[in-house]
Amino acid sequence: MAIDSIKDKAAIVGIGVVDFSTDIGRTEWYTACQAIKLAAEEAGVNIDDIDGMVKSVDDGPDPTYTGKGLGIDNLLYHSENHWGTSAMMNAVHAVAGGLCNYCVYYQTAHRASGPEKCISDFLVAREFRDDSLDMVRYDYFSPFGLIGEPGYVAMMYRRYMHETGIKPEQLGWVPIVASENAARNTNAIFFDKSITIDDYMQSKLIADPIRELDCAPKVDGSIAIVITTPERAKALKQEPVIINSVASGYALEGQNYTSYTRDVITDLPEMENMAKELYRVGGMGPKDIKVAMLDDTFAPYVPMQLEALGFCGKGEAPAFIEGGDKIRVGGQLPVNPDGGEIGQGRFITTRIVEAVRQIRGTSTNQVANTDTVLVASGAGGPADGMICRKE
Amino acid sequence: MFDEYLARRYRTTTRPKKEHYLVKDSAAIVGIGATEFSKDSGRSELQMVCEAVKAAVDDAGLQMEEIDGFVRFEMDYTDEMHICSSLGIPKLTYFAECGWGGGASCSTIVHAAAAIAAGVAECIVCYRGMNEASGRRYGRIPGTPSIMTAPRDHFGSILPFGHCTPPGWVAMFASRYLHEFDATAEDLAWVSVVCREHANRNPNAIFYDRPLTVQECVEARMIIEPLRLYDCCVDTDGAVAIIVASAEKAKKLKQKPAYIVGATQGNATEGELMTSYYRPVISGLPEAWYTGQELWRVTGAIPSDVNVAQFYDAFSPLIPMQLEEYGFCDRGKGMDFCRGGDRIRLGGELPCNTSGSHLSEAYLHGMNLIAEAVRQIRGTSTAQVKNAELSLVTGGLGIPTSAILLRN
Amino acid sequence: MSVEYNADQKIPHPAMWGVLYKSSTPFWDGVKEKRVMLQRCKSCGYWLNPPRPMCPKCRSQESEWVAAKGTGKIYSWVTFNESPHSAFKTPYEAVLVELDEGPRIVSNVVGINSDELEIGMPVEVTFEDVAEDLTLPKFKKVG
Repeated sequence: MAIDSIKDKAAIVGIGVVDFSTDIGRTEWYTACQAIKLAAEEAGVNIDDIDGMVKSVDDGPDPTYTGKGLGIDNLLYHSENHWGTSAMMNAVHAVAGGLCNYCVYYQTAHRASGPEKCISDFLVAREFRDDSLDMVRYDYFSPFGLIGEPGYVAMMYRRYMHETGIKPEQLGWVPIVASENAARNTNAIFFDKSITIDDYMQSKLIADPIRELDCAPKVDGSIAIVITTPERAKALKQEPVIINSVASGYALEGQNYTSYTRDVITDLPEMENMAKELYRVGGMGPKDIKVAMLDDTFAPYVPMQLEALGFCGKGEAPAFIEGGDKIRVGGQLPVNPDGGEIGQGRFITTRIVEAVRQIRGTSTNQVANTDTVLVASGAGGPADGMICRKE
Repeated sequence: MFDEYLARRYRTTTRPKKEHYLVKDSAAIVGIGATEFSKDSGRSELQMVCEAVKAAVDDAGLQMEEIDGFVRFEMDYTDEMHICSSLGIPKLTYFAECGWGGGASCSTIVHAAAAIAAGVAECIVCYRGMNEASGRRYGRIPGTPSIMTAPRDHFGSILPFGHCTPPGWVAMFASRYLHEFDATAEDLAWVSVVCREHANRNPNAIFYDRPLTVQECVEARMIIEPLRLYDCCVDTDGAVAIIVASAEKAKKLKQKPAYIVGATQGNATEGELMTSYYRPVISGLPEAWYTGQELWRVTGAIPSDVNVAQFYDAFSPLIPMQLEEYGFCDRGKGMDFCRGGDRIRLGGELPCNTSGSHLSEAYLHGMNLIAEAVRQIRGTSTAQVKNAELSLVTGGLGIPTSAILLRN
Repeated sequence: MSVEYNADQKIPHPAMWGVLYKSSTPFWDGVKEKRVMLQRCKSCGYWLNPPRPMCPKCRSQESEWVAAKGTGKIYSWVTFNESPHSAFKTPYEAVLVELDEGPRIVSNVVGINSDELEIGMPVEVTFEDVAEDLTLPKFKKVG
């Protein structure tokens, strides 16, 4: 029979990360299998026992092909989701609901060396598919040259600047702190050392007011995460990371990055709805969270998420990030101690990997006594999130 | 691995415990809605989907605001975001997407039922809308990334030979099936004829007023040997929406609930997109076998308990093949089961595809089959099986597939 | 300033997005006749922007297309310094105009320097034939 809640019904027991690069030199099929193998070994799970696979639609080969590469007979559960890390939710349902025992969530994308070389090329390539609504009204935007995600976000961000008074000198702390954190993380290839506010101010305004340093760069990589029930986790190699809560959020009049027709375009109603559900299911609140893994695909979404997720009041985020002290390791709420996507490249599942490491105490940029981490994804569109905790 | 495959040894050591299967009886199908089925809808897929969802919400006796989840086909050209902005659905707490074309049909129910069992949503819409007759037909060479979701290497090894359409892909293994079990075109024709008989009772079916004989079947235009015209499904414009709700909620709604006893997915190794030619044996559908094994295990039902079945029938040979794989008859006996039509028609041992299904009602990627299975439980089918207690639906074949078992 | 194009490159035509274009055809047909057409719910008057098959407010499927006055205010804008598409010479601006009727549309400006642009600036529509088969509604300063 049904359960009341998915609270604490699943756990992350293994992670596998293939070293990131800008030219990985292997196929996505190869690195997908490689990451899963690493994750299974780390967890102490036999590959033959993997019976569920979930992923994002766009990232990497289908479960059937991955399963074939790994020599898995048959899967009891497989699923592909579109938005952010929302595939995680299906993995939790599948193991909590008894549909499978060991579910792997994998993401494989070679965006730096693959056919989708830069953000705008990628979008143009997708836009030429006439067979999909694809969540963006290209027919209303592209003839005017409003093309590509940095531009979509810039349109919203200009308005955000106008309404909140946030200055580049404040937003700049998102990439600055990201670069500091990335410099400590061997998997983060984009920064050897911390940048300064001057570096930020000189960063090219590719789609003014969005700078190059506000955007997560493209990267080649592959990550796998093994999920099972807390009971089964006991027999495995690693200390399990309990999934306290997962949630998805959605709001009316939404379009991917381009919800320009809402009365207010400078908040994240999907994220707010998701957060309500996330805290309700898990019985936690923003004050219980020790580390926040936020969606920093584009820097302006970080202050917006701090407000939407309740880490600070409305209108307080620009001051919260300014100077970086509150969001650094050791601060009030460390954000993305791994360097985030700005530091590691555009790769959503890095957030889950870092959440696991923070709970285990094995991060390259460890926050002391981390027992709860919040992961959020899908800023600017349908949102999803997870709170995980120490057992 | 190949030895194991030949033996089709179902994983026995690591399956989740049966008592952990929370989906059983946690959810029910409470609403079904569809547009008309036609050859040219004259409107967008988004519009048809909105119409179908509205019809399903009305059918269930729900308010639009009560919808809190969506499950879509990865192949669908519409998305939940635009649908919600049209229908005025303010908030969703669950959304998911299912891959592999028609293999996703019952997968959508697997996802919805699991989300409901896990307590994250209460009323979830599963839908499919396609202008497959007037728009982009699947009979053409796949040129879009969405069709070529798999690693491209394999298509690279078949497309250059002109082997590039679904009827062709299926014909390759259907030929082997007919060859290995000595079946004839006449045998096969009975499948199409029985589906047509059922469609002739269903005013919503595209072939409602067009009877069909075995003679016509075997004389029809050859599409790709051994598949003739009536062995192929009917290209359709239309949309279908199915609403899944928690069992608790279902009791308070307008319709008699069709409880979901089990909803399972299956895939098998060495799988390719309708072209799994590299397996030692290609005259079977191991994905369906796995899906069935799991379905019988988690529900505790056996094939002979089933009163009525809707088998996915993009092409007629898939019905006898599934009769075998889901355990209704022995390997190689599927054709015997269908010959003459008596065992599969209304009144027979296992009435199959009672709406006329893909071959004669409409081809909506399996979603119209789910709607018919629900009608059988409600007692409102135009080819109603008396006292239907257990109603089976299966998903697309030659790809990872799915199945559901509904009960009264 | 105004958008300048590379003459040898094709400006993206809305009809390239077949599925989307089905719903926005009345807008683009209107542009050819120098009008800004908007979809509105016939039963409750809610603006269906961007166009859609059903009204989210009252769920009527009856809608109508009406011409906007063509005046509005700048709601936000982006300056592209790096071109996302070969047809557009950088730098150029894409603007989000809030029409006086309420709906917002993406467009370009004509004859307004980037340092003059500001949120709230009143603008009015003007039409520019940018290709043989494509006319775009753009916005200039009022008066």
